[in-house]
Amino acid sequence: MTVALSGKEIASQIEEKLPESIVESSQDYLAVKNDALLAVAAFLKDTPELDFNYLNYVTAIDYYDHFEVVYQLTSLEHNHSLIMKTRCYDRENPVLPSVVSLWQGADFQEREIYDLMGIRFEGHPNMKRIFLWEGFLGHPLRKDFM
Amino acid sequence: MEVGGVRKYIYSDTELDREEGQIIEELKANSQQALTDPDEWLDEELEQNIFLTTVDWVINWGRRSSLWTAICFPACCAFEMIAANGPRFDLARFGMEILRASPRQADLMITAGTLTWKMAPNVRRIYNQMAEPKWVIAMGACAISGGIFASASYAVVPGYNRIIPVDVYVPGCPPRPEALIYGIQMLQKKIAKRRNIDLGKVIKR
Repeated sequence: MTVALSGKEIASQIEEKLPESIVESSQDYLAVKNDALLAVAAFLKDTPELDFNYLNYVTAIDYYDHFEVVYQLTSLEHNHSLIMKTRCYDRENPVLPSVVSLWQGADFQEREIYDLMGIRFEGHPNMKRIFLWEGFLGHPLRKDFM
Repeated sequence: MEVGGVRKYIYSDTELDREEGQIIEELKANSQQALTDPDEWLDEELEQNIFLTTVDWVINWGRRSSLWTAICFPACCAFEMIAANGPRFDLARFGMEILRASPRQADLMITAGTLTWKMAPNVRRIYNQMAEPKWVIAMGACAISGGIFASASYAVVPGYNRIIPVDVYVPGCPPRPEALIYGIQMLQKKIAKRRNIDLGKVIKR
């Protein structure tokens, strides 16, 4: 079974290298600032003791006043995992950095989030709708869609 | 005038009546034997291989007995379709064991499953590529009306009849293979009733 690492412990490690990049951390997860997302993700992937070389999934949640994007990371080498979150308060034009440059598996999932939630990922090689067709109005998984 | 035996046989004097009598006598003389069967010219071997029928009936029999299905199964009803094709339910009994990869060689489209608007143009295209005559069975709740997605979905087609004309509707979620086979038999009955030759046009010529 994969060991779920504590978000708090890893947050203190990150704070040493990248100050003021963490918004919140707890036993279960760590929440990252939008601007620092790519730097923190690169740190988590490239640090040899952490070595998160596999991205399980990317998903998004609508909390009415903000969107939350969740990344689950796993190290196949060390057999441990971590949940990283980031929050996006702009409802009209939400933009986040893309992690496709680090984990190829994020490609289709970021497109899905754009399609259904309307969050744009900057730096994505092919940012367009994946399930719905061009010309579809709105983003159906938003709470205010209907 | 004497009464009785003398009046037993009366012969008319007029020529017209005598001619008529002669014709009848001749016919009677030539009709002493029963007429033979008109098919008697067929010898025993031919008799077993020729039968007389209408062109309509033969065409419909050929069409309904070899319905070949186009491969177009967008969702989960396809598994019941596969079960119906398998050894237990054995759709091959009805002459339709062949699933045609090319729609050009298919007569029947079994629409097994939910159809999304993104997939709809492709299903329409497969239907258009099928050669006439062609039939469609709407299999399952999703194919009939959109099923559980009917009321509020932004992405699901509410019934295949929005896209293509449907002949037979088979309800169920998914329908059992028996239900599908029953639906196919209904379609075969429908095909049997079809008129292929327009008698009005034939008479005008």
